[in-house]
Parts: sequence; C-alpha cells; structure tokens
Amino acid sequence: MKPILEIRHLSIYFTQYERGFRKRRLPAVRDLSLDVRPGKIVSVVGASGSGKSLLAHSILGVLPYNSHVEGEILYDGVPLTEERLSGLRGSEIALIPQSVACLDPLMKTGAQLRKGRKDQETRERYRAALARYGLGEETEEMYPFELSGGMARRILIAAAVAEPPRLIIADEPTPGLDARSAKRILGHFRELADEGAGILFITHDLELALSVADETVVFYAGETIEKAKVTDFADPGGLRHPFTKALWHAMPEHGFTPAGGAQPYPGTVKSGCPYAGQCPKGRADCRSTEEIPLRNFRGGMVRCLHPGDGEKEELV
Amino acid sequence: MKHRLQFAGKKLVRMALLLLGVSIVTFLLMCASPLDPLQTNVGQTALGSMSPEQIEQLEAYWGVGTPPLERYLGWLGDVLHGDMGTSLLYRQPVLTVIGQRLGSSLWLMLCAWLISGVLGLALGVISGAFRGRWPDKLIRGYCFLISSTPVFWLAILLLLVFSVWLGWFPIGFSVPAGMESASVTMADRIHHAVLPALTLSITGVANIALHTREKMVDVMESDYVLYARARGESRLSIVLRHGLRNVALPAITLQFASVSEIIGGSVMVEQVFSYPGLGQAAVTAGLGSDLPLLLGITVVTAAIVFAGNLAADLLYGVIDPKIRRRAAGR
Repeated sequence: MKPILEIRHLSIYFTQYERGFRKRRLPAVRDLSLDVRPGKIVSVVGASGSGKSLLAHSILGVLPYNSHVEGEILYDGVPLTEERLSGLRGSEIALIPQSVACLDPLMKTGAQLRKGRKDQETRERYRAALARYGLGEETEEMYPFELSGGMARRILIAAAVAEPPRLIIADEPTPGLDARSAKRILGHFRELADEGAGILFITHDLELALSVADETVVFYAGETIEKAKVTDFADPGGLRHPFTKALWHAMPEHGFTPAGGAQPYPGTVKSGCPYAGQCPKGRADCRSTEEIPLRNFRGGMVRCLHPGDGEKEELV
Repeated sequence: MKHRLQFAGKKLVRMALLLLGVSIVTFLLMCASPLDPLQTNVGQTALGSMSPEQIEQLEAYWGVGTPPLERYLGWLGDVLHGDMGTSLLYRQPVLTVIGQRLGSSLWLMLCAWLISGVLGLALGVISGAFRGRWPDKLIRGYCFLISSTPVFWLAILLLLVFSVWLGWFPIGFSVPAGMESASVTMADRIHHAVLPALTLSITGVANIALHTREKMVDVMESDYVLYARARGESRLSIVLRHGLRNVALPAITLQFASVSEIIGGSVMVEQVFSYPGLGQAAVTAGLGSDLPLLLGITVVTAAIVFAGNLAADLLYGVIDPKIRRRAAGR
C-alpha cells in the first residue's frame, strides 16, 4: 500500500545567538527519512533530547519561529505545504501529545475538545469519542486539574479520533502510566491502525514500542541510525547499529546491561558518527568520515560504516 | 462559611496592621522633616513682628513643643475614637477635606484606571500574540518610550500642546476660574479632567501592556497553545479562547495593583494641572507640616490600595476554577 506519510532527508535547524550577536545554526534533527503506511504503526525510539518531538512538530508545521526545516514531507504523495496543512491539521492529521499540560488549565475539557464549535453534531461526535474510551459526559465539565493521568491520556486520544484521522502522530503518549494502563493505551493504537490509520508512535520506551509497532526507527542525537522490523529485535544478531544492539542488551529481559557514556548534545558533533565516542567497535574512520549515509543493510537500513563488524561484510 | 470568616478576619487584621505601620512611617518622616512649620506657614517677617506670647500660641497650634510620641499617641487615640482631627491649614475636619478632595480625584483616577487597564490589556495581548512582528515592535516601542518619560514632564508636554498651542483644554483647575460653583456644569468638569486623566492613562498603559505582553508570550509558547495549533485552531481562535483566558488572572492582579501607581501618579499630575484633588492636598499637607491632614490622607489612600488588592484576591476566587471548585467542595 502507498505510504500516507513519507519523510525524505528531513533536517531541522535552530538559529541561536551566542556570545554577542553571532548567529549559529544548531542542527536538532539530521537527515531523517521514514514512511508510514495506512494500517501500520511505525515507532520512533530515542532517548530524550534526541529530537523526537521536533519530528512530530515539523510534520504538523508547529515548530518554533527560530527553526528552519530542510528536506521533504509528503502526505498522500504530495508535498505537505503550510496551505495544505491548515486544512488537514486536527482533522486528517491528528496529534496525540505527551501530557495534561497540553490542555488549557482554565478551560473545561468539553469546550476545549470542540475547538469553539457549539453545534449539536460536533457535541455528539466528541461525546461519542469520549464514550469510546470509557469517559462519560461528566468528563466534559471537568477542568484539566481534575483529571487523572490515565483519563487525560484517554481524552487526548478521543480528541484525535473524533474527526476520523488518516495519520496519527503520538508523541510519548504513555509516560507516567503504569504498565497495564500503558498497554491498554497501546491497544487503542492498534485498534486505530486496524481501522486504517497510519500511526507514528514516538517514544523513549523501546520495549513498549516493540510490543505494538510494525516497524521501528531508532534515533540517536537527532539522526536516524537504524530502521528495523520489529521481528529483527528477536535477537541482537538481527540488528544493525551498535547503538541499537546496546539498547537491546539494556532491556530488562536481555540482561539489563547499561551502556556507558551519554548521547552528545545536538550540534556538538561536527563530523562523523555521533555514537563514535561510545561505540565499542568505533574506528578512526568513524570520526573522520564527514557524512555517513543511511544505507540498506540486511533488509533494513543503518547509518554505520561497519554495521556487520565481526561478521562478514555484506553491504548491499 | 467558617473558612470565609477566617479569610475575612485575617484580612482585617492585616489591614489594621498595615494602616498602623503606614501612619507610623508617615509620622516619623514628618518628624524628620527639616521644615519649620512656623516659618513655612507664618513667614519669617511676620514672626519677627510678633510678641513671644503670640509665637508661643502658634507653636502650641502647630505642635512644635510637644514630644513626638505624645503627639502620635494623641492622634492615634483620637482616630480610634473616630476623630481624624482638624486640618491645621484648611481649618476644617480632616475627613471633610479628604471627602471633598477625594470627590474630584476619585473619578479622575477611576477614568485613568479603567482606560489604562482596558487599553493596556488589549495592547499587551496584541503585542504578545504578534511577538517579534511589527505590531509588537510598535507597541513595545511606545511602552518603552512612555515608561522612560517622567509623569510630570509628560503632563507639562500635554499641557503645552493641547492647552497652550491648540487651546483645546483649560490649563488647570477642576472648574472654570471665577465661575460660581452653582453654574458649573458637568461638561465643565469633564473638560477640565480630560488632560489629567489622559496623562495618568498614558503612563499607566505602558506598564500594564508590557506585563501583559510577557504573560501572553508565555501563553503563546505553552504546550496547550502548541497543541491547539496542532489541532488546527486559528491564531485568532487561540488568542481569544486560550490567550485571553489565561492572561485574565495576572491581568486582574496587575489591574488592582496599579491602583497604587495611579494614586502615586495623581500626586504629580494634579500638581502640574493645579487640579484640587487628593494628590495636591497631600503635597500641600506635606510641605505645610499639616500633620493631621497628611496622616489622614496616607491612611485613606493606603486603605484604598489595600481594598484594591483585596478585590483582586476575591476576584481570583471567582475566576480561577481551582479555587472555585475547592470552595464548592467544602
């Protein structure tokens, strides 16, 4: 099936002023590519600070004013311009944001969801959406501070599905929830995907991502470093990038082995692989090569010069 | 109900303490004043031609020989009995003087307060919503210019342009000079109050607009505005639905806190426009060592400012759903 969302070589820069008035362009996301197909869940996994939320905001065209975007975002095969977006945002393309902080603290839930519309049809549509997630009419009269974390999360999902979306962007929709509630929320996502929506699921929780997604994109310091099918995660041998392998080993059921070091702050790595400092198999050329391309490798994609290190080189 | 009474009780105690403190500070400042009440009010030449008995009488009238503590306690005792004393300069009960002066000042200040509040809020919201673009730059430029202009200088400038050059408004007083008080019309009063009220409003606007702008910028950068944008709400809808709502609470605090600034500003503005209001009376009392009047005016204005802040507190409870729901839950 044709992808509903295609992102081609997306880079996001921020203009910052440092010491005096010198302008500096700070890359926050570099050369990101991914596809989302209808009925599929693509998860984007990365540590906080790796630029995941910016990805969501750039698709919706709500980046801060001092940012600059390069690359292409196609929706339904056609470039997603600001003009097209204004008709699609909030109807065909829906965002499920992180937290209750995304609700206006001084506005009742119902009025907030309806976006200022007061007609009967809108009322009923949102009422039905809330009911779908087990929220009664009394929820509409509540202020955000009166909602529990789980309720707020379900309200945000209801807000997204009230106008049937074709693309859902879920930006960390589960933190703060216990495992059972998180699983239930993910169940809702699977359901929405089965109804035909394409879902981009952004999270820092690899385990959670694997439990629901069809495909996983791994983010590191603003770069896509690997694209893998969920089935590739059955065994570290199926993975391609050393960072993804380290993530795999850090999962509780795989020994809980932490990797040393920390993700570099975006913009601090001038050239070469951002993971080179932490990579157990890093070589001299990992640091010196200016641009490391994202390449096809063993049925997925990887941004690494020596992905098969220790195995036979089998680059395609 | 018990909670309400507790709240009211606490506020009353605080108000009493505040007024006591204000009167003590005023009294101490007055004691520290280098002005000799006899020389300022009677004059050196007149004093020179008076007999020692006459001077003694005058000293008793102005309270020169009395120890400060005794004077203050005497005043306090009278006030607690409901007697604010008699003005030494106007030779009328302090309350009568304040009543008259407040009458002409009050609606001058009220106009300025309302205009600066409404206009300041509107400008601040527009400026914050258009952050970095030309409406913002224009409004901010205006605010910075006005904020860095002394009130009295602005008053003189307006007087110069509108009264002297254009001749649209009178150059001073609250009523036409030389007219019988019976024949003074409302239109005359308004005509005389326009410039002073305008001066006060212009300066008040800048402060409120700049503060509102800061808050509006915060709101526009908030997660809930980002989410509203992502859900396809237009900029206008965001400003009207989320912006105004979230700016309302700080705006109310600001609006009622500005009562003190309006009163402070009125002292200078009334002086420039020779407008016989409370501010002008305060200056006269201060320079003329009229202790009972000065104490009366400071206590009354402090009470007005306190009432303004109290009103803000009470309105918070009406507007903030968190406080409202908590009160309903009790």
